[in-house]
Formats: sequence, C-alpha cells, structure tokens
Amino acid sequence: MLALESATVRFGKRTALDAVDLEVADHEIVCVLGPSGSGKSTLLRAVAGLRPLDGGRVLLDGADQAAVPVHRRGVGLMFQDHQLFPHQDVAANVAFGLRMHGVPRAERESRAAELLDLVGLPGAGRRAVAALSGGEQQRVALARALAPRPKLLMLDEPLGQLDRSLRERLVVELRSLFGRLGTTVLAVTHDQGEAFALADRVVVMRDGAITQSGTPLDVWQRPASAFVARFLGFDNVVEATVTGSLADTVWGKVPVPDGSPEGRCDLLVRPAGVRIGAPDGGLRCTVGARTFRGHHVTVLLNPADGPALEAVCTLRDTPHEGAVVGVEFDPAETVVLSPAAQP
Amino acid sequence: MNTTTKCAATALAAALGVTVLAGCGDDSGSTGAGGSKTVTLVSHDSFDASDAVLKAFTKETGYTVKVLKSGDAGAALNQEILTKGSPRGDVFFGVDNTLLSRALDNGLFTPYEAKGLDRVAADVQLDADKHRVTPVDTGDICVNYDKKYFADKKLDPPTSFDDLLKPAYKNLLVTENAATSSPGLGFLLGTVAAHGDSGYQDYWKKLKANGVKVVDGWEQAYNEEFSGSAGGKKAGGDRPLVVSYASSPPVEVLYADPQPTEAPTGVATGTCFRQIEFAGLLDGAGNEAGGKALLDFLIGKRFQEDMPLKMFVNPVVKDAKLPELFTKFGAESEKPATVAPDKIAENREQWVRSWSSIVVK
Amino acid sequence: MVLDRREVATPAARRGGRRGGAVRLGLMAVPVAFFALFFAYPVAAIVGRGLKADGVWQFGRIGEVLSRPDLQDVLWFTTWQALASTALTLLIALPGAYVFARFDFPGKQLLRAVVTVPFVLPTVVVGTAFLALLGRGGLLDDLWGVRLDTTVWAILLAHVFFNYALVVRTVGGLWAQLDPRQEEAARVLGAGRLAAWRRVTLPALAPAVAAAALMVFLFTFTSFGVVQILGGPSYSTLEVEIYRQTAQLLDLPTAAVLTLVQFAAVGAILALHAWTIRRRETALRLVDPSQTSRRPRGAGQRALLGGVLLTVALLVVLPLGVLVERSLDTSGGYGLGFYRALQSADAGGSTFLVPPLEAIWNSLRYALAATAIALVIGGLAAAALTRRAGRLVRGFDALLMLPLGVSAVTVGFGFLITLDKPPLDLRTSWILVPLAQALVGVPFVVRTMLPVLRAVDERLREAAAVLGASPLRAWREVDLPLVRRALLVAAGFAFAVSLGEFGATVFIARPDNPTLPVAVARLLGRSGELNYGQAMALSTILMLVCAVSLLLLERIRTDRSGEF
Repeated sequence: MLALESATVRFGKRTALDAVDLEVADHEIVCVLGPSGSGKSTLLRAVAGLRPLDGGRVLLDGADQAAVPVHRRGVGLMFQDHQLFPHQDVAANVAFGLRMHGVPRAERESRAAELLDLVGLPGAGRRAVAALSGGEQQRVALARALAPRPKLLMLDEPLGQLDRSLRERLVVELRSLFGRLGTTVLAVTHDQGEAFALADRVVVMRDGAITQSGTPLDVWQRPASAFVARFLGFDNVVEATVTGSLADTVWGKVPVPDGSPEGRCDLLVRPAGVRIGAPDGGLRCTVGARTFRGHHVTVLLNPADGPALEAVCTLRDTPHEGAVVGVEFDPAETVVLSPAAQP
Repeated sequence: MNTTTKCAATALAAALGVTVLAGCGDDSGSTGAGGSKTVTLVSHDSFDASDAVLKAFTKETGYTVKVLKSGDAGAALNQEILTKGSPRGDVFFGVDNTLLSRALDNGLFTPYEAKGLDRVAADVQLDADKHRVTPVDTGDICVNYDKKYFADKKLDPPTSFDDLLKPAYKNLLVTENAATSSPGLGFLLGTVAAHGDSGYQDYWKKLKANGVKVVDGWEQAYNEEFSGSAGGKKAGGDRPLVVSYASSPPVEVLYADPQPTEAPTGVATGTCFRQIEFAGLLDGAGNEAGGKALLDFLIGKRFQEDMPLKMFVNPVVKDAKLPELFTKFGAESEKPATVAPDKIAENREQWVRSWSSIVVK
Repeated sequence: MVLDRREVATPAARRGGRRGGAVRLGLMAVPVAFFALFFAYPVAAIVGRGLKADGVWQFGRIGEVLSRPDLQDVLWFTTWQALASTALTLLIALPGAYVFARFDFPGKQLLRAVVTVPFVLPTVVVGTAFLALLGRGGLLDDLWGVRLDTTVWAILLAHVFFNYALVVRTVGGLWAQLDPRQEEAARVLGAGRLAAWRRVTLPALAPAVAAAALMVFLFTFTSFGVVQILGGPSYSTLEVEIYRQTAQLLDLPTAAVLTLVQFAAVGAILALHAWTIRRRETALRLVDPSQTSRRPRGAGQRALLGGVLLTVALLVVLPLGVLVERSLDTSGGYGLGFYRALQSADAGGSTFLVPPLEAIWNSLRYALAATAIALVIGGLAAAALTRRAGRLVRGFDALLMLPLGVSAVTVGFGFLITLDKPPLDLRTSWILVPLAQALVGVPFVVRTMLPVLRAVDERLREAAAVLGASPLRAWREVDLPLVRRALLVAAGFAFAVSLGEFGATVFIARPDNPTLPVAVARLLGRSGELNYGQAMALSTILMLVCAVSLLLLERIRTDRSGEF
C-alpha cells in the first residue's frame, strides 16, 4: 500500500526526516510514536504531499507520488487540531471530500449521515462546528477524513486534545471501527498508551529516523534502546556490564535473563521488577516521593549511589516516605538494551 | 505550476473583462474606425449645448458630435497642450483671451477661416490675420450688487472701479483669488486695463484698505459671501458686492421658482472685463473636414442663439438674437475693459504675484 | 506540542519561498501590471516631462524650485497644518474611539456609519456644509460671535471632521477587541485605574494609534479641497500648489519637483505606517468585540459618553444636517421642491446643465466599475500578500498605498500623455474614470482584506487539499467564504470612496456623463436658487447613498475588518 524509500526532508540544516524506510500493508494500522520534534508529523505531511521530499520516494500502491499534487493522492489526513471548516455545518464538513470528488448530492448526503452514525453522532449534520465539544469535533474530523474512502487514512495525534477517559474509550472504538472498515491507517502520536491500544505495529521515531519497529507487545517487552525505554516511560535505565546472568551496575549486581549478550550495555529494570523488602536485604534505599495511581502506587527510591529507582507497589505494601528499605531485582523484568544509544 | 497559470489567467480575464466591458459601453462612437462620421469637440466643464441644436448639425452635415469635457478652462487647455500632435478630438472650444497666447504659442491649432466670420464683430477677432482661432462667445466679468441691500440703505450702487474705493462701500466687496479663479483674474485684469500697469497696484492697496475680501473661488464668493444670491441668502452672506458675471442676474431669475418680475441683483456696468472665448481646429485632428464644419456651425445662427441660455454668454455674431431673459434682466456693460492677449501672457504671472502680495498676504 | 506546531509552520513558510513563490508571482502579476500601467508609468511620465529638457534630466530644477521662498512657505504650511490637524484629530477622536469600543448605547451602529460619511463625501459639498458651523451665522457665530472661516482653525477643524471616523474605526476597532480582563488582571495586581490603562491598554493600542495618526497625517498632508475652500487664498498646501502649477499654469517643472517632494514625504509616511501595522498584526491576542462593550455605568462614564455624543453632534451631524436643511429650504418654505426639480428635465424655463437623475445613475455605474476593478486588483494583491514573505512583498504592500498620496491632477495628466497609443488609447474612454478611482479604492480593499486573509489558518487549506480540493478550489471553498464578509466591507468602502471621488473624475476627459460630485460642482458653479437648491439636494442624496452603504457595512462588519 504505502512505501517510503529513504524519504528525506530537511528544514535548513535540520533534518526532519532522515532517509526513512517504511512500509504499510493493506488493512494494517501502523502507529508512529515519537516525542515532539522527532519528525513524525513531517512524515505524514510528506506522504500527503503537503511537504515535498528532499530525497527518496513515496509510493502508494507502487506508484511514485513525486509528481502527484496533494489533492490527487487519495489519502486522508486527520489534522491534529481537526481543522474543521468553520463556515460549514457538520454535514457539509463531512461531505466536503465527496463534493471535491464530484459525488452527486443525494449520495453525499446519505454517506455523510451514514458516517455520522458510524462515529456516534447521528443526526448532528445541521449543527455548527463551533458548537461542538472537543470529542465531537474529533469525531466529525474523523468522519470527514473517512468519507471519500481514502486508500490510506492518516491521523495526526488523533486524540491529543481530549481528556484521558474519553481518549481511552475512543481509542478502542477507533480500533474496532478501522477493523470493521478494513481501513489502512498510519497514525502518529506521542502517547505510547494510545499507540499500543490502536496499532497493529508501532514505529518509534527519533530525530527523523526510525529506531524501532514491531508489534506493540514486542516494543513494550523489548525496547531497542535506552531512548525507546525512557520514551515508553521507563526511567530505571542504567549503564551496565553483563557477565553471564549478572549485570554490574551502579546499583550493584542485577540479575538479567539468560542468554543476554555480554559486555557493556544499558540495562532497563521495569518498576514491577523492583522488589521492596527489609532494609538489610539487597540495595539499601530511602523511600522518596510516592504517587498514587489508582490501583497501585509508584514509589521513588533513592539509593546511596546512582540514579533514583522507580518501583510499583500495591496500596497495602507501600512503605512510608523516608523509610529505609532493601531492594532486589527480578530478572524476568530486566531487559538488556542495545549499548550504542544514549538518551 | 498549472495552478499558477490558472490563477493568473482567471484574474487577467476578470480584469480584461472589465476593460472590454468598458469598450462595449462606449456607445457614443470612437475616433477610430468610424471616425469620419464623428467629430469630437473637446472642451471645459461649462460647455453645454441643446440636443436639438447638435442634432441639427448632424442633419446638416452628416457628422455626429461627441463632446469631451475635462476640468475648468485652464485645465482643459493645458490638457490639450500636453497632448499636442495627438489630440483626443478635432476641435477645442473654450480658450479665452486670458489664455489665448499660451494656446497659440504652443501651436495647438491649424488655421481655418470659418464660414460666416464676416458676421462676427471685428473687435473680438483677436487672431484675424491667421485665423488659428475663431471667436465664439463673449462674457463680461463685472461687480454684481444686491439690489435689496442698496435699496434698504438708500444707497446708490457703485458703477465704476473708482466707486469701489469710496468709504460708502467699505467692507462690502468680495472677490476671488486671481491666482486660481477665472473671474478673479478677469477682475484683476479689468483694474489693470483701467489703471494701467503702474496704477493697478496702488488701486488694489486702496481697495484692500477699503475692506475687500478675497476668497478662493467663485462658488464661495457668490454662494456663501454675497448677500444677493439665492445661495448666499441661505448661507447668511453679508457682502452686497461680488465679482461675478454680467449674466448672473438673468440666471438668478431663470433658476428661481417662482420667477420674479425683477432680478434680485444688478451689475455695476463700469467694472466689467470682457472675456472672449475661442474655438480652433486641433493640430493633428483625425477628422479635419468634420472639425471645419463644426467651427462653421459654432458661429452659425442656430448655435449662437442657443448659447446664451446654455452657457450664459453673449453671441459674437451680429445677427443672433438675444433671448428675452437677457434683454429684460441683463445689463449692457459700458466699454468693457480688455487687455491684449500677448500682454496678458507676458505679465500675467507677475501681475498675479504682486496682486497676491498686496491683497492676500 | 508547541514544538510540533513550529514544525508544521516552517514547511509552509518554506514552501512560500519556492512553490508558493511562483503562485504569489502569478497572483501579483495582475496588480503589479495594473499599478505599473495606470499609476507608475503615467506619474513617472508627467514628472519626467517636467524634469527633462531636450532629453536631459534637469535635476538642478529641484534645487531651484525648493529655494523659492513662496514654495518653502507652502511646504512649511503643509507640514505644520498636517501635524496640527493630526494632533487635534487624535485629541478629539480618541475619546470617541474609546466610547465606540467599550460602550453600548442605542443608535451606536447608525452613529458609527454617520461619522464615516464625511470621509467619503466630496470636499466641494463638505466645504459648504462646514462653513455653516464655522462661518458667518454658524453655530459658533451665533453662540459666541466667533467666526473661524478663512482662518487656519477652519482647516484644522474640517480635517478633524473628515478624519474623525478614521481614528474611531482604526483605534476603536482594535480597542474593542482588547481583552478587558488584561486590564482587570493589572488592577488585581495592584495597579490603579490609570496605571492599568497606561501599562496594559496603551501599549497594546499604541501601534493602532500610530497607524491612525499616520493615515490622518497622510490625508491632511495631501489635503486639497478643504484647504482651497476653507483656507481662502492665503493658505496653500503642496497638493493645491501642484494642482495650480499643473492645471492652471502648466509649469510642469515646478509641479514635477513638488510631486517628487510630496512623493518622498508620503513614501516616508507609508513606510512608517506599514511598520506600525506589522507590529500591530503580530503582537496581540484579540477577543470578540461584542463581549467587551457594555452600557456605561456611573456619572463619569455617562459624562464621557455625553461629551463624545455632543462632539459628534457638533462636529459631524450639524454640518451634515445643514446640507439637508438647505436642500429642503425652498423659497416657498420647507419642502421637497428641489428634489422634485431634479426629476424634471425642463424646470425653470430651460433645460438643465446636468440631468440630475442621470448623474446619480452615472455615479453608480462608475462606482460599480471602480469597485469591481478595485476588488479584482486589491483581492489578488491581498491574496498574494497573505503568504508572509520577505521585504520585497512588504514593499509592495506599501506601494499599493502610494496612490493615496499622489495628486489626482498628476495622475490625470499622466494618463493623457501615456495612454495615448493603441491598444491603450484610453484617453477618451469612460473606463479611465473608474480606473483612476480604483487606484484610490485598492488600498482600502487590501487593508481591509489582508488581516482577515492572514488570519485564515494555512492548515484549513491543507485540509481541503487532502480532501481533494485543488489550490484554486481550496481558495474558493475555504478562503473565499471566510473572507466574504471582509470582501463585502472592502467592496462597500471602495464603492463609497469612488462615489464621492471628485478630483480624478473632473480632470479626466469623458463623454458628457458627469457623476454626482461633478454635477454638484457644476450646479454650485451657477447662480440661481434652483441650481443651488438642487446642488444641496444632490449632495444630500449622495450623502444618503454613502450612509446607507456604510450602514449596510456595519451590519456585516467582521470582528477583524482591517484598518478602516
């Protein structure tokens, strides 16, 4: 469906897309994950044709798009802040793409109504876009992008501006919707939760280049680098030297899974792998800030030496702030990361 | 970049559309292709003629008259000078004796002796030997007075330039800027003619001491300051003497509703300066034959008798009858002052400048 | 997210440099060609005619002319009266701007239209009306026996009368959009009422005040009719002198030098103006004006409102009222006699100089054509200028304003000596009049539309493109609907301005179809009550047409309708 070959975009001296290779198969939902400025929006704009490439190619169904202007590429793009047309009502917004493609009025109207049903806004056609809530605007933007049946639908931070609970609900809805419609989707987001919930495949970008690509589970379980690990929200990353099933770190010896590559590397210990015990066992730490997260608590532990450690406890087991505890590590929750990458 | 071309093309088409529309709207005929049947008269804003009279010309000669007007007499003439050699029309009407030298020195006109010139008074034929211009009308610039004011005060209105210096008429006269207004200049030239090159400055110093007021244009003087005119009455004008035209009283009568039996204003007949207006065949005219026919027509009886009520001027041909309005309400000026055009051309700037320094500053 | 946005904005700007550059060039081609052909070339030609003798430039003439004491006087008077007029206008109009921005009161819309009427009325008419205020028997004369006609005060006050609306609209328009909560925030932080205003509102307002002041300065610096009619022969501005030297004396060298001097001055003013506008466009966060105004509270505010209303009544409504009064004041008492006379072609025993109803029709026709031209040219220019770009384009922005500062007689005479060869022998075509009027209308169109166009989010266009709209289609579907109201406002202004335009119309030769202002001038140029009365009646009609079109504009006035 979509293929990027060494796609490169430069803004002056800065390289926003650095020879990116990426393929999206039919009916696949790919989520590009990366922090601000990693080039993910530029990627979408390059595919849509809003930003010409400085090098490489964009292919849709095998055809080079270099000479194809934006309005003839047949892709859909849902903008970050929706960009609904303020002078048109909801139905007109949804039907806009159909109108541009010369679809007759009656068909446009029925399709717009159908799509509004689909996104959960039945009968909202005559409403003014200014009167919509953020979530409703988002749904209208989605319906508008879907209406012309784009061969590829691209979403730029699709849920970025919505509140958490709405976002969590919508992401599930979206995934099932895309599944039902068989839509090919390329989405970008900076929110790993959103990406993992939505995508068949996650692509992590950094500084205009892809650093990791895989299923959500893959990426979650085996971040390719300290950068990816930290970006996924794991802060327990430390330099280590692996010998056999033990890694030598500033926190002392940490057990690692069998078969881990030997030598210098970055080591990730997931918070769940940080076991809090009596102060006389393992690494001595002072309990720092505690953050309640609903059904569990995140605890910050300060060892005498080295960076702070994050641990997850149940509400009952949470130690008091200022208490001195001993920490042990669970090898099943440690990951040896590629040595090269430094955040 | 086909969009660029499209955008540009659309815009250009729109702009051109307007221009083309303009061409279509121009129904009065152009000087181009069908030019031989159209003769174009260029004039100032005050030119006017009855439709019937112009139609009669077409009937007689087969030429249709197209009239172009622009600005006052000075501006219209200057525009002709600027376009000398490729004129916009065939005949120019409206150069007067105060500007005649400028027109002639610039070689604006092709000589042509109009048919019927023998009926025109000799004293207005200022280019009689070369016939570059043909006199068409005369008009006198004179002091007008408010009859009611003088009747109420039981005072005789002034009749001469010297009268205006009398204490009885202190603070009564308003005149126009000689630098910008045609009657203002005419009145100045009248005083030059009456008092000579040396005496006029002295005259104006005395006139200033006697409280003459100077405003910029005839409209302000006549419609705002003068107490005798319809406009001036409304504006509360308090000057019963104004420099205007000998034809102003009949016009006051004509444009009143109902018409009075007597004009509300009179003319100080000894304060007049005679303006003579000329027409000429433009050098480079596209339709010379038509232009000549038009010049003949301008001093024809029909046009000459139409003029007084259209432009409020006097005919120059002896056989033209004045309308009753003029004979009944108008005034015959006594020996109107004149100054030779070449003398005007030579001294005009200097006269106006010293006049300004005496009166305005 | 902030970073992301920047990332989005940068490519658009860069595209402006490449692909957009070509588009902009295409859009700009028409306005540039228009200005080159109908402005730059004629003006350059007439100036060249004056400064060249036997094919050699005579720059020595500049020194000669500038050293003439009478012309130095003119230059000095032009400058100081413009400065004084500007100061006086700001002094009188700024409270008005505040009141119109922040207070709700009955008849506000109507009043805002009324104060704008003088701005588009021809000076011939206004001069007459204004004398009623300052002249003999005028209000000041009646009350205190003060007569200001033919004093410099008459000129200054008339300039206030003309430009009052400019300040009210430019400054008031922005003032209404300033969030009052900012001032409230300052109050909460301990600033006194005055300090809050001085520290918060004034700095935000300063660029608008500066822009308005510069426009007032520009209009008064190039003042023509007001100075001629009210100033009498003792006062002359550069513009009057250029007219005199060109149209009366045909002293082209002197006129050329004066034109250059005026050009330089106006160019400097416009450069300053462009600079202040740019600052204003970038710096502020604006709110919906309908949310910032409220009914006046307390004695102080009511007194302020009262004072402003009284000023408007004296300065604007009264002179306009006098026109109306005189148009009704027939010799047989008040009535519609003069209006009826307008309809009859043969009243008073003779045919009329101008069939007056025809003049109305002519005016409308010219104004429509001029508006169409101004909209096409100004719209294209605004569309081209929307995409932010470098100095060159900004220069073009200012260039569009230049016709406001060049004498109509210069342009008119320039037309004569340039547009004289086929296919552009337009000297006798009626299109020349709307073309000249459009030169004045274009700046209004550009200034009205540009801020709105610039406010349209580039990504809306992108959204349309992604949905399958070609660039032209995207412009039609997105930009056009969003700027439609601004476009209407612009059209209305261009229309009103060309309706009242006198200078260019009178100097351009045309087949005999005079416009309203020309007809008024002709009627005023004749004695007789009916002529005078009809001039007043026609002026009143002109005023009403202007007022109605402005009032319609008030109804569709957008919250961001530019500077005018």
